Amino acid sequence: MAKHVVLVEDETNIAEAIRFLLGREGWRVETLANGSTAVDVIRKVSPDLVILDVMLPGKSGFEILKDLRADPVFVDLPILMLTARGQARDREMAEGAGVSRFMTKPFSNAEVLDAVRALTATTPSTP
Amino acid sequence: MSREALTGSRIRERRVMAGQKQADLAKEIGISASYLNLIEHNRRRIGGKLLLNISAALGVEPTALTEGAEVALISTLREAADEAGLTGPEVTRADEFAGRFPGWADVLASTQRRIATLVRTIETLTDRLAHDPHLAASMHELLTTAAAIRSTASILADTKTLEPEWRDRFHVNIDQDSRRLADSAQALVGYLEADPETTPAASSPQEEVEAFLEAHRFRFATLEAAGHDDNAIDALAQAAPELQSAAARHIARNVLHQVALDADALPITQLAAAVQEHGPDPMLLAQHCRQPVGRILRRMAAMPELRAGLLVCDRSGTVIFRKSVDGFSVPRFGACCPLWPLFSVLGHPGLVVRDRLEQLGRGHSEFDCIATSEVQSAPGYNMQPLVQSVMLILPAQGPAAQKLDVGSTCRVCPREHCPARREPSILNGGV
Repeated sequence: MAKHVVLVEDETNIAEAIRFLLGREGWRVETLANGSTAVDVIRKVSPDLVILDVMLPGKSGFEILKDLRADPVFVDLPILMLTARGQARDREMAEGAGVSRFMTKPFSNAEVLDAVRALTATTPSTP
Repeated sequence: MSREALTGSRIRERRVMAGQKQADLAKEIGISASYLNLIEHNRRRIGGKLLLNISAALGVEPTALTEGAEVALISTLREAADEAGLTGPEVTRADEFAGRFPGWADVLASTQRRIATLVRTIETLTDRLAHDPHLAASMHELLTTAAAIRSTASILADTKTLEPEWRDRFHVNIDQDSRRLADSAQALVGYLEADPETTPAASSPQEEVEAFLEAHRFRFATLEAAGHDDNAIDALAQAAPELQSAAARHIARNVLHQVALDADALPITQLAAAVQEHGPDPMLLAQHCRQPVGRILRRMAAMPELRAGLLVCDRSGTVIFRKSVDGFSVPRFGACCPLWPLFSVLGHPGLVVRDRLEQLGRGHSEFDCIATSEVQSAPGYNMQPLVQSVMLILPAQGPAAQKLDVGSTCRVCPREHCPARREPSILNGGV
């Protein structure tokens, strides 16, 4: 069964590029452009990986991250965060909230793929 | 204030202390008693040989007569020395330096003040870069678009066998995003270049406002006549050459609004008549005019004949308005002495405090300070009101039972064992 990633990113062209990249790697990619429904969708589909933008309409990436980590089911879920603000403060906040990996825009495709591979290699495969 | 301004008072003080008559001293130094009288009342400038003669006759150092007037200069010199990390015996000799090389001392002091201003400008600019929401949004937009283009472009470049549908799709995306990048880059450049006036080169907005108010002698005939009129206020703020920055015009408009409100409620002529009748006692005047004490304090500051200073601070203790008065120094930047009644009334709206104050240092000027704090925001249920505190600084009248020794700011305050001290004084060795 293909691995499943939920991508929460309101920039459609970035979402499309990532969808293409990961799709080619055999991922099933579900994209969300709005933060407010993200936690519910992730609960429902229980993905292998979540990619989160920080600045989202509806609900910020930080809030989604906190909500997910507060749920015991998602304590170990690999979460990759993308931000266009490379400030140390954002990184600290994300790390404090339990992000698995933090990446600043503009990233290269290779970086994203490396991060995704590294994150999913360290977690046990889904039953 | 000119540096000589208080020298006459010092001469008079020393002469009276020595029990010498004015006429006798005048005769000893070979001038007329009436001329000495003018000098003692600071009506004539004095310096050079005459100063040396008088100091010799009184048996004091010439600097002892002039230094009272040099407090501000000397404390600025000390600040400069402290910031440069000057150590050793010269640290305590700022007054000697100022006495022997007044020109150089002025150069150094004005350089020091300019540095303080520039430091503040830099802080403002840094703040602007770090906290400007528009700039942050623009940068975010740039980086996001760049990320989209980079990803899409490298898919196009790296994927050997890209299906035509995907390729067309990505070409359209990259075209869209590159336009967006060009637009947002242009907008950002426009924003950075468009607004030079928010970066005052020479002074802080507060200082521009004080210069503006000073130029009008804290009195606005048009507002006294027209009352509250937004157009008149805007016209005044726009026409003022002193108000260089947008921030200064904003502050000035706030001040003028208050002036207009106060002028509407209590015309200056009415207050002047009340002062004639009851004397300059804000509490009596408030009762007589049926006006809040805060308004009386602000209005009294607009009467030049009272020679009063005025300070207003907001709930954070930040001084947001000042009318300076000789002998009572308010730090240009940074924190004031917490012992001032201005701050002690902050938590107690409605309370009026009156204290005889002397600012320690060399001025020896005493002031009657009246302070009160008043609610400034419109009321709302279960809302902590915003308060402002106002303090009028009147040159002391007559003796007072008690006197409160205060400072200007800790660094230049000699008071020992002060419970309110925040940091050590740089006046080691005292004054």
